[in-house]
Amino acid sequence: MREYKITPIVKGTVIDHIPAGMGIRVLKILGLDVSDPKHTVSLGIHVRSKKLGWKDILKIEDRELKKQELDKIALIAPGATISIIEKGEVKEKYKANLPEKTKGILRCPNPNCITNVGEPIEHEFILISRNPVKYRCMYCERILDDVLKNLM
Amino acid sequence: MQHNEFVGKDIVSIKDMSNEEIEHILDVAKGMVDVAKGKKKMRVLEDRILGLAFFEPSTRTKLSFECAMLRLGGKCLGFSDPTSTSVAKGETLSDTVRMLSSYSDAIVIRHKYEGAARLAARISDKPVINAGDGAGQHPTQTLLDLFTIRSKLGKIEGVNVALIGDLKYGRTVHSLAYALAKFRANLYFVAPETLQMPDDIVDTVCELGGKPEKYSRLEDVIEHADVFYMTRIQKERFPDVQEYNKVSGVFRMDAKMLENAKKNAIVMHPLPRVNEIQPDVDETPHAVYFEQAFNGVPVRMAILALLLGGEL
Repeated sequence: MREYKITPIVKGTVIDHIPAGMGIRVLKILGLDVSDPKHTVSLGIHVRSKKLGWKDILKIEDRELKKQELDKIALIAPGATISIIEKGEVKEKYKANLPEKTKGILRCPNPNCITNVGEPIEHEFILISRNPVKYRCMYCERILDDVLKNLM
Repeated sequence: MQHNEFVGKDIVSIKDMSNEEIEHILDVAKGMVDVAKGKKKMRVLEDRILGLAFFEPSTRTKLSFECAMLRLGGKCLGFSDPTSTSVAKGETLSDTVRMLSSYSDAIVIRHKYEGAARLAARISDKPVINAGDGAGQHPTQTLLDLFTIRSKLGKIEGVNVALIGDLKYGRTVHSLAYALAKFRANLYFVAPETLQMPDDIVDTVCELGGKPEKYSRLEDVIEHADVFYMTRIQKERFPDVQEYNKVSGVFRMDAKMLENAKKNAIVMHPLPRVNEIQPDVDETPHAVYFEQAFNGVPVRMAILALLLGGEL
């Protein structure tokens, strides 16, 4: 019999194939309030994976992710698989893909960019390269190549 | 290309423009030269108002936009000292642009922050022209530089252009390098190591089709270049004055050096110059920097007439 380190959930979201060590970061960017008993969250760190060797896995009960949250996950864990679970079955499953455009997710690293000086606007980026990952600021055109450092 | 395709458009970055659009602006500008000199009349923007939002000081750019609008029969309003406006009271750029947009038919903006013109263009329902945003873009300067090269050498493609001096911080050379790469000019980047063209700009130039070569001495390119595009090396970039003196001395052009240059080579400079071009160069047929500064008027006339739908 297969032994589950993290038990299946009946309703919610499973984020699998997160690069090992990034699970806490994913949890953090989703902004889940761990003191709120509404959602049961299970996080497996350094779980054996046939595909990756090691991976992290995150299960959130009774919570579906929004588009912006999925985009954020794709930025720090490209290749992760996201499954929406309902009544114990996989309702939808997809791979986290780098978003072509981001709004309010990445911060422009240029201190002289108009988006960093108090104007009532959101940071916006356009994807210009997938490997290596590079985004261009829609305002000042600065190239951003360190996604983790510039996540909002 | 029909001129009315430009009506209502913004000019924020040279990268947004196709070669066809750029060439059309240069063609229209050619027909504006005599009007810019006051020899001919062309009052195609009568009763139109140009809003000038100069959040940073400017001499040539602001005056040439004003001159261009007046020559075409239009009028200008705006400010060149934001301390005397509600900006000093803490008004955001977004609000200032909204206000100016409702008072004018097009807006020219210069701002110290990069991306300011893009923001203005998004907010304003009137055409916005970027007259320089921080270390970012200065597309109308690029257009007048291209106009000067084309009118003096007859073409841009295949021309050997040496960009010389401060290539790291100088915004005019960044925009110009993009445009020259798009037009398949051959690029030489001539600068001290500390002021060489930033890697991300070089990458973009290569993506646009350029194959730039880097040099650290002016002498290395003197016999090969068709265009010497000189820029000012700013003293404040160097913590050590001796280091500045050493660098600025190496990147100084004089008449004697030009004896080894091609006969038709031209010397350009976005101005103001300090000592990177010696006064004895002014008397040589190579010097075109004052004509280049004048060219700002016909090129900006062309831009205004096209964006505002003047009858051409």
